[in-house]
Amino acid sequence: MRRFGYLAPKSVSEAVSVLAEHAAVAKVIAGGTDLVVQMKDGVRRPEVVIDITGIDELRLLEERDDGLHLGALVRMGEIETHPLIIEKYPILVDSAKLVGSKQVRNLATIAGNTCNASPGADTPPALIALDAQVHVLGPRGPRVVPIDRFFVGPGRTVLEPGELVTKFVLRKAAPNEGAYYERHTPRKELDIAVVGVGAWVRLNGETIEDARIGLAAVYPTPLRATEAEAALRGKPFGQAALDAAALAAVAQARPISDVRGSADFRRWLIDVLVRRAVTNAVARARGGGPRAGETH
Amino acid sequence: MLKERVGHATVTIRCVVNGVERTVTTVPNRTALELIREDLALTGAKEGCGTGDCGACTIIVDGRPVNGCLLLAPMLDGKTVLTVEGVARGGKLHPVQQTMVEMGGLQCGFCTPGFVVTAVNFLEHNLNPTEEEVRVAIAGNLCRCTGYSKIVDAILEAAKRMREGEGR
Ligand SMILES: Cc1cc2nc3c(=O)[nH]c(=O)nc-3n(C[C@H](O)[C@H](O)[C@H](O)COP(=O)(O)OP(=O)(O)OC[C@H]3O[C@@H](n4cnc5c(N)ncnc54)[C@H](O)[C@@H]3O)c2cc1C
Ligand code: FES
Ligand code: FES
Repeated sequence: MRRFGYLAPKSVSEAVSVLAEHAAVAKVIAGGTDLVVQMKDGVRRPEVVIDITGIDELRLLEERDDGLHLGALVRMGEIETHPLIIEKYPILVDSAKLVGSKQVRNLATIAGNTCNASPGADTPPALIALDAQVHVLGPRGPRVVPIDRFFVGPGRTVLEPGELVTKFVLRKAAPNEGAYYERHTPRKELDIAVVGVGAWVRLNGETIEDARIGLAAVYPTPLRATEAEAALRGKPFGQAALDAAALAAVAQARPISDVRGSADFRRWLIDVLVRRAVTNAVARARGGGPRAGETH
Repeated sequence: MLKERVGHATVTIRCVVNGVERTVTTVPNRTALELIREDLALTGAKEGCGTGDCGACTIIVDGRPVNGCLLLAPMLDGKTVLTVEGVARGGKLHPVQQTMVEMGGLQCGFCTPGFVVTAVNFLEHNLNPTEEEVRVAIAGNLCRCTGYSKIVDAILEAAKRMREGEGR
């Protein structure tokens, strides 16, 4: 690793001011599971590393009137085991549980997974399905970015130099709603998604009143499959709706061929996984479905 | 020419490692694993891949297993660390170490310290695991030699002995 200066602010305001001061040359570190590897490779060469792990405000995890507030530093390992999340936001467990190994999940944070902006990351599709609002603080004050407008390209987000993600706010879960994430990988553990699909639905009797779908590893960014959502909205849940949603998702995706699979294989996986994710989201909305994290 | 550095060019890290308070002043661009192996001379934890994939570097920080190769040294400040050197008590091997020896849960031994601390931490939370739970718990530890069966058997046997009160 190249040399860098190291700062460990103890509050969000302090973090934002040191970030602003060194904006052009600084990098925030949270879990380090992406950044340290990138620094070792020389892909990232920050001159200042700002360690935010001492900022307790960023560890927030609570349900308020407007929904679930998830602090930037909430780790995958915490999401997996948190009773409230297991009960009410199981899709977060589905996705967090798939990240790396136990050792990685004890370091990896939700904001790090998002800010690294890998097209194949597992929690962004779940956050898209839950319509997460990303709370950002920077030199020019706070702003809120809807998650589906947060990603710009592989490794690129709307964050300006000096900006920090402070938390995600997810709409409060309602009884007639359900959400589910699943990915395909050849290995069960410690593998990167060939395709990942997160789905959220709100039912009104047999009708899908509303739906949101997020996809991983099929586009240069995590993708909100708006066409597939439209194909589901207002339709009775059943074969016809699933066919239309899967077709629309495949059409909107721009998968590439790489070591993990060909573009055609990925299209086939999108078709399969969209059907499965929507079906399981519906099952959860009805009070059943797979238990949190039991996604394969 | 290197530009004038911003931030702290050196850091002083105070942490408790295997029950002993340690203070180290070093440069920040090192990993926790390097600090532990080189400055503290605790060479049990190994560097295999350096990228978080193999688990040979596993250490327990504030009660949670993490990859020492992914953690920056200064991030250990104020933390409690357990390495394989701190697992045995009063000259007596931990049941996990004992069963690994007895049941042949290792060949070359490179991965062993990582497996031991991962398993010790896992059994602290689950003394009655299924084989599947053990396999999931050690998914972040790779072994090139054993084929895992004997490691899994050793951990299950250690759990049994600990349940039967052998403790530590
Ligand atoms: C062996 C291994 C396996 C993995 N497997 C998976 C997997 O299966 N699925 C998956 O999705 N990921 C996987 N990952 C990737 C990684 O664990 C995640 O992306 C992780 O969530 C990143 O979080 P972090 O806290 O470690 O981020 P860091 O590495 O600390 O930071 C990542 C990036 O985000 C920025 N950042 C962090 N926090 C903030 C913030 N609050 N505000 C602004 N910017 C911020 C950093 O500056 C950096 O650019 C794996 C990693 C390893 C090492
Ligand atoms: S050396 Fe850290 S995981 Fe391989
Ligand atoms: S015993 Fe050789 S790597 Fe595991």
